Amino acid sequence: MNNKADAYWKANLRLIAILLTVWFVVPFFGGIVFVDTLNRISLGGYPFGFWVAQQGSIYLFVVLIFYYAKRMSDLDDQFADDSRVEGER
Amino acid sequence: MELQSLTYIVVGLTFAIYIGIAIWARAGSTKEFYVAGGGVHPVANGMATGADWMSAASFISMAGLIGFSYQGYGGSVFLLGWTGGYVLLAMCLAPYLRKFGKFTVPEFIGDRYYSKAARVVAVLCLVIASLTYVIGQMKGIGVAFSRFLETSYETGLTAGMVVVFIYAVLGGMKGITYTQIAQYVVLIFAYTIPAVFISLSLTGNPIPQLGLGSSLLSDGTYVLDKLNQVVTELGFAEYTTSTRGSTLNMFMYTMSLMIGTAGLPHVIIRFFTVPSVKDARKSAGWALVFIAILYTTAPAVAAMARLNLMETIEPTPGNYLAYDERPQWFKNWETTGLLKYEDKNGDGLIQYSADKQSNEMVKVDNDILVLANPEIAGLPNWVIALVAAGGLAAALSTAAGLLLAISSAISHDLLKGIIRPSISEKGELNASRIAMAFTVLLAGYLGFNPPDFAAGTVALAFGLAASSIFPALMLGIFYKRMNTAGAVAGMLSGIGVTLLYVFQHKGVMFVQSTSFLGGFEANWFFGIEPNAFGAVGALVNVVVALLVCRMTAEPPKEIQALVDFIRAPHSSAQKEAVIADH
Repeated sequence: MNNKADAYWKANLRLIAILLTVWFVVPFFGGIVFVDTLNRISLGGYPFGFWVAQQGSIYLFVVLIFYYAKRMSDLDDQFADDSRVEGER
Repeated sequence: MELQSLTYIVVGLTFAIYIGIAIWARAGSTKEFYVAGGGVHPVANGMATGADWMSAASFISMAGLIGFSYQGYGGSVFLLGWTGGYVLLAMCLAPYLRKFGKFTVPEFIGDRYYSKAARVVAVLCLVIASLTYVIGQMKGIGVAFSRFLETSYETGLTAGMVVVFIYAVLGGMKGITYTQIAQYVVLIFAYTIPAVFISLSLTGNPIPQLGLGSSLLSDGTYVLDKLNQVVTELGFAEYTTSTRGSTLNMFMYTMSLMIGTAGLPHVIIRFFTVPSVKDARKSAGWALVFIAILYTTAPAVAAMARLNLMETIEPTPGNYLAYDERPQWFKNWETTGLLKYEDKNGDGLIQYSADKQSNEMVKVDNDILVLANPEIAGLPNWVIALVAAGGLAAALSTAAGLLLAISSAISHDLLKGIIRPSISEKGELNASRIAMAFTVLLAGYLGFNPPDFAAGTVALAFGLAASSIFPALMLGIFYKRMNTAGAVAGMLSGIGVTLLYVFQHKGVMFVQSTSFLGGFEANWFFGIEPNAFGAVGALVNVVVALLVCRMTAEPPKEIQALVDFIRAPHSSAQKEAVIADH
């Protein structure tokens, strides 16, 4: 593996690590482990912890995937300068 | 118009559309048959994935599971588990498997682990997981027909099978993709329209996701506060806080469903149909958008329908509905056996409570919640007809996706990959059609004679996907040194531990139990229920794989080059050239 591909892969891993941490912490801690604590706050008629578990986390998952897709797309372009982008089909 | 003829018209119309699409989207090559030619737009693929993923269980049963069996908050395990898996899919599997650029999941495992044995193990896991899953869909088709069109279960199942047969055998993945898009549209309207009406009538807010957090038009209290009050008065657990078992159990259950979701082959292969790696990532996002529309509506349906039901039976505290004055929908559902009343104290009133001794609503089936919802809310007949078509669309689309995963594993992995590698493309295309026809018939047979253990098998499908397929794929991509011995040992031990735990608590092949939602038991490992054990199986898989891998030789250079190839989205398509360099 050349240096460029190596740097690309490392950047990808770093991004995945950050996003999966968010993916893990919000539903598992916010929606399950510390749900009772968060339920003391209310969001309209929703106890906040309940909202995180049944609504908020799902919206967050959507945002995480699109953010990842966007960042990786930029990363692809950045590292693709001199190699052929063609041939992905 | 009378409900039944209206239902026939709506369901007939949707079936005509599916068959029309099948004739238009015939597959002419193996690439079209297995991956729809690889040219599906990422948004279109997202929509097809939504229909592929959302089964009869998501459409018909999930809201009822949340509202009744899992008593509200406990149902979060499904909402989180069945959506969070897409994040894993988008970041850890889909882009790299798309880059690999072949047709099936076992094919990747066979190539990456340079082993026909690994490929066969993967085919086995795939077939068992998908076949058990398909039985539930077949049952859903038969039940939806018999309930809404008043045909026999067998007639309904046959009609459903004929339609799937036509578009799956003719069109393969191409036909399935375009019918799934149509099916998504049908099912999402069928699900959200009643929800919008109910939210509007209870809270004045037409958006169910917001309505659930709003106050009631009737007395100004919040929907969830009111529901908590109503259920606790009858002795049920508080809606917004009652957990499913321990916190640890909820944690593991959610994690198992997430990993299982990401490892289900019929979902993974949908990402082989988009043009590029970039599209695979985006498409996973779109898939989750389309899934989230239903999944964020479901909790509102669950809570509002339960509130409606409770308030119908007990309009004001201590004032019960007289059985003779029960509404028409109550009578309709009594005839199906899904709703049962027993006048235990002989007062002619309907007492509903958590106490088994005095409770007179002896059966309230989970499935009623979605199916009877439009009737309980007094919605027009065309909405009820649409719900029938939506339930069928959900079951048909998932069944077709599963059937394709199974038949391509048979024709592409077993026949072309192992038994007769010299087969021509035309021969393989014919073989894949025969395998599809055979699989549809097998699924139909299992639908006509559902094995006793059918209800428990969804847990098995997710357990297998989580404990075998997902770790094998992920390690293959992210750990270059992973070798055949490690992967095979990992898969076998992961499956072994999961099966052992599931069978230990439910009887071998589920003979002793018919319900996978059975009660809690004292001797569960740290209080983890069998459905929630897939995550433990996955962990065992990874640990064993890493240990065995460390003790055995590293994989050949060309395999390491293959890993470099799938990791780099823009490196040249000539994998052979990359390999030859080393």
